[in-house]
Amino acid sequence: MRFSVQWLKQWVEVELDAAELAERLTNAGLEVAAVTPVAAPFTGVVVGEITECSPHPDADKLTVCRIDAGDGELLQVVCGAPNARAGLKVPLARVGAVLADELEIGAAELRGVASAGMACSARELGLSDDHSGLLELPADAPVGADLMDYLQLADHAIDLDLTPNRADCLGIRGLAQDVAAICAAAYTPLEIEAVLPVIDDRFEVVLEAPRDCPRYAGRVIRNIDPGAPTPLWMVEALRRCGVRSISATVDATNYVMLELGQPMHVFDLDTLEGRITVRRGRPGERLTLLDEKEVAVDEELLAICDESGPVAVAGIMGGLATGVTGKTTNVFLESAWFNPATISGRARALGLHTDASHRFERGVDPSAQAEAVERITALLLEITGGEPGPLVVAEEARHVPQPQAVSLRLSRLNRVLGSELRSAEVGRILASLGMRASEADGRWDVIAPPRRFDIAIEEDLIEEVARIHGYDALPATPPAGELRLRPISERRVGVVQAREALCAAGYQEVVNYSFVDRKLLAQLGMDHDVLPLANPISADMDVMRTALLPGLLQTLAQNLRRQQERLRLFETGRVFHQRDALQEIDRVAGVACGRAWPEQWGTGKRALDFYDLKGDVESLLDLRGLDAAPAGFEAADDVAWLHPGQAARVVIDGHPAGWVGAVHPGVLQALDIRAEVLAFELDFEVIAKREVPIAKEISRFPSVRRDLAFLLPDGVSYDQVRECATKSAGALLEKMIIFDVFSGQNVEKGYKSIAIGLIFQDVSCTLTDEVVDPLVARVIQEMEARLNAQHRG
Amino acid sequence: MTTGTGGAAARTGQEPVAVDSVARLVQQARAELAACEDARALDALRVRYLGKKGEITALLKTLGGLPPEERKPFGQAVNAAKAEVSALVAERKAALAERGLQDRLSGQGIDVTLPGRGEARGGLHPVTRAMQRIIELFAHLGFEVATGPEVEDDYHNFEALNFPAHHPARAMHDTFYFGDGRLLRTHTSPVQIREMQKQGAPIRIIAPGKVYRSDYDPTHSPMFHQVEGLLVGEQVTMADLKGVLQAFVSAYFERALGMRFRPSYFPFTEPSAEVDITWERGDGSAPGWLEILGCGMVHPSVLQACGVDSERYIGYAFGMGVERLAMLRYGVTDLRQFFDNDLRFLRQFH
Repeated sequence: MRFSVQWLKQWVEVELDAAELAERLTNAGLEVAAVTPVAAPFTGVVVGEITECSPHPDADKLTVCRIDAGDGELLQVVCGAPNARAGLKVPLARVGAVLADELEIGAAELRGVASAGMACSARELGLSDDHSGLLELPADAPVGADLMDYLQLADHAIDLDLTPNRADCLGIRGLAQDVAAICAAAYTPLEIEAVLPVIDDRFEVVLEAPRDCPRYAGRVIRNIDPGAPTPLWMVEALRRCGVRSISATVDATNYVMLELGQPMHVFDLDTLEGRITVRRGRPGERLTLLDEKEVAVDEELLAICDESGPVAVAGIMGGLATGVTGKTTNVFLESAWFNPATISGRARALGLHTDASHRFERGVDPSAQAEAVERITALLLEITGGEPGPLVVAEEARHVPQPQAVSLRLSRLNRVLGSELRSAEVGRILASLGMRASEADGRWDVIAPPRRFDIAIEEDLIEEVARIHGYDALPATPPAGELRLRPISERRVGVVQAREALCAAGYQEVVNYSFVDRKLLAQLGMDHDVLPLANPISADMDVMRTALLPGLLQTLAQNLRRQQERLRLFETGRVFHQRDALQEIDRVAGVACGRAWPEQWGTGKRALDFYDLKGDVESLLDLRGLDAAPAGFEAADDVAWLHPGQAARVVIDGHPAGWVGAVHPGVLQALDIRAEVLAFELDFEVIAKREVPIAKEISRFPSVRRDLAFLLPDGVSYDQVRECATKSAGALLEKMIIFDVFSGQNVEKGYKSIAIGLIFQDVSCTLTDEVVDPLVARVIQEMEARLNAQHRG
Repeated sequence: MTTGTGGAAARTGQEPVAVDSVARLVQQARAELAACEDARALDALRVRYLGKKGEITALLKTLGGLPPEERKPFGQAVNAAKAEVSALVAERKAALAERGLQDRLSGQGIDVTLPGRGEARGGLHPVTRAMQRIIELFAHLGFEVATGPEVEDDYHNFEALNFPAHHPARAMHDTFYFGDGRLLRTHTSPVQIREMQKQGAPIRIIAPGKVYRSDYDPTHSPMFHQVEGLLVGEQVTMADLKGVLQAFVSAYFERALGMRFRPSYFPFTEPSAEVDITWERGDGSAPGWLEILGCGMVHPSVLQACGVDSERYIGYAFGMGVERLAMLRYGVTDLRQFFDNDLRFLRQFH
């Protein structure tokens, strides 16, 4: 809602300037988005009257005017406007004038004729884009008057970002009443008098959907002048509110809408057939609207119909065929109250947003329909002339909302606000808002004015009192209250800890969108259990992600393109699997590429490999503590997006926890990633379970270490070695480590060499060779027997 | 000369001789030890003087040949010499060891200005960093973290929060739908509903998370983060809400900032407010008001929808956009940078 401060001040006596007023409005919940001057300032422009107009001797399109600027002497001014004519009053920029675009007017000579100034168009004055001719001033404009003063251009437009509950401020009148309360200023209501009919013509209105439209006020006016121009004052008032002048009748409806908040429609009476019926649309009905778009008028829409069918979509837009044109002389005015629930969302569904729909879907004052008709009739008679018929109001009163009494308790008000407001203050505020309130024992019964139909419960009134009193004037109390220990479970790894661990391991956190391109999921073989969006913002964000990996790979690819070579990225977030029921799963995932170490001196330059990533995953899993269920890594050659020979499923306590591996070269190629990428993705719930550590006895006796090397067939896994060795070593084995794996030189093809260290310890005595030797021998024997190993020393 | 006298004279005459020879030996040992430059030579000296066949040991062996009355003083002198030489040997040994260490260390100097080795630390995304900070601050006031689904239904996202069907307030939330009644939550407020239905009142929670709106331009992202706070109790007032948010803002920014509460509208709170802080725009102009969060007293309909007695209990709620708070805190000027995930940008927030 944009309004002119000057227009507002006709309704309410405030002395504040625009900036002060804006501050007060914002602080009272009517948020001001912008304050702008209604015209760029100009100087030296006065009202001039063209007394004589003759053709320029040397130029076809120029005229030489003599203009009375009010100081007794006629000025000669050369002018190119087609509408220059004797008797016309125009803005005259005198020599020395500075116009809106900072153009200074000097004495000039145009094709040999001296010109002592310039007659101006609206555009030259910065008032509109109209440059078709001179701005025509009213005949009664006082010659010589300063135009800034005459047009009262020292005015500002204020743009309000109104919240949807404040429909009452979508008109100057309602706004003025709120401003009167906010600023404790006097409100000057406009007296709207009924127009006496001079003809008897009526146009019948039938309300067939009284819940949707319980009141419809109308009037016939005959013999208006279709060519009557809109007076400058109205054009200016509309312009300052951001509305363009179109024609006198349209301008008048817009003017009354801005003034009273009541949208209206004007039909060309001669195009209407029979009578008006207000009803829901019907299947198959169609209407071409004023914007020349054709829409289906179905049951969802309320239609204004004549005997031929719909002529307007109620509360949204009129039909093209029945609208006023440059030839219309007989009109039918519509001013109705439509149920907000009937209008809400309908314009949006049609791809429309009109000033009318904006107001009707928020609700208009249910008491304003008849007076709006009287107001526009009076304005039209003044501008276009014509013969008004009687005001006709079709009404189903029981469906028109009636203000209900709402009670307000002082004790509740102060309890909610934490304030100590007194009864007199509350009473004063309620009265200032036009509420009828009667108090007894600290309790008011309040009836809000009809325009404040948003007032329905006690809290609405509490808010109103707080708003006018001023939120900033209400007390603020520092945080207090009962102290509570928040339970912090030690049996869970927190996501904050996990993020911290990954940061410490060199991973940078990223945040990707939760929606991804379905095609990307397909490239990864992840396009199952997909939840697609019905209205994606773009095709490349059309489904919910089923894993974090796709987004991470995209981010990795983008950063590789930005000349980053060694990347380690992680993300924590939710993924979505639409199975029988939707599963929202919290995940943590990482991707990495490049060298194993940051580029630095004195460390190797080898490339990152599977075991680096596995180490990172193990570190993450170590957050669970030593007593947590061990994580198993099972070779997986069937994960679509992973290298079949370098991928593992992570299993914890029998539950799948995720995977780690090299991303499939085919996937990398499809994403145009020219680096080997390692990745992992884990279900956070599965890896978050941890145990509270329980202390065990620490041995006072030294441990004994024996190192063994074996030659093993390639197909034997470390897991097999570990299991065989630990089982055969028995209970005294404290720990087993693997400290070397190699193949190639000096190792027979098809075999690999591994070296393990066995550390034995007893809690009750120092171990002797007599005890340890047989254990080691058994390990060697078992390794040879079960795993086809050869003991090398 | 009497025997006795002669004896006495012999004693007095012999004593200096014995002591002298012991003293000479000590002096000689001191000089040789001082000149000794390595551990092996030192050990040889030790053997020469103190060993089983050493010179001082040899003196002790002469003890038996002395008259009984001379044995004691001579023995004492030899023992003192032995102790002294032992000490000299130990001293010299320590000195040689110290010199050896010094020599070794002086050859082991390194360039301490070379960079250290190892993995370089990664870092949190600035939105996470801001979010964790917000959560931590409210944790001090006893707010517990609650979470809820991101795919929501109309009931939890709108209806229970007092958004009537078709209401223009819904149009302010450009919603992503799935075509079957489900939608992506447009705010974290549905967590209020779920938690109140689960826990009832009193309740004190904070709900951080991702939210989604179908809006994409320089100042809007289709996905962003909110933190929602909810406190319901029997003695809760709007003054508490003002106080808690004032405390939060100065704690979050670590400085006192001008703050104002102005009336606004959210269907699920009443009275509702938007909170502005004073902020420098960085162009040298005077600080202006900048909106940072919305809040209000929980609407009675919301309490009732969750089975909470709205006459007995009063609550407040607030919701803040984490991106906005992160932008202000870390001087980020373009919202879209958060989701571009350009490492050159992200690495600044380690």
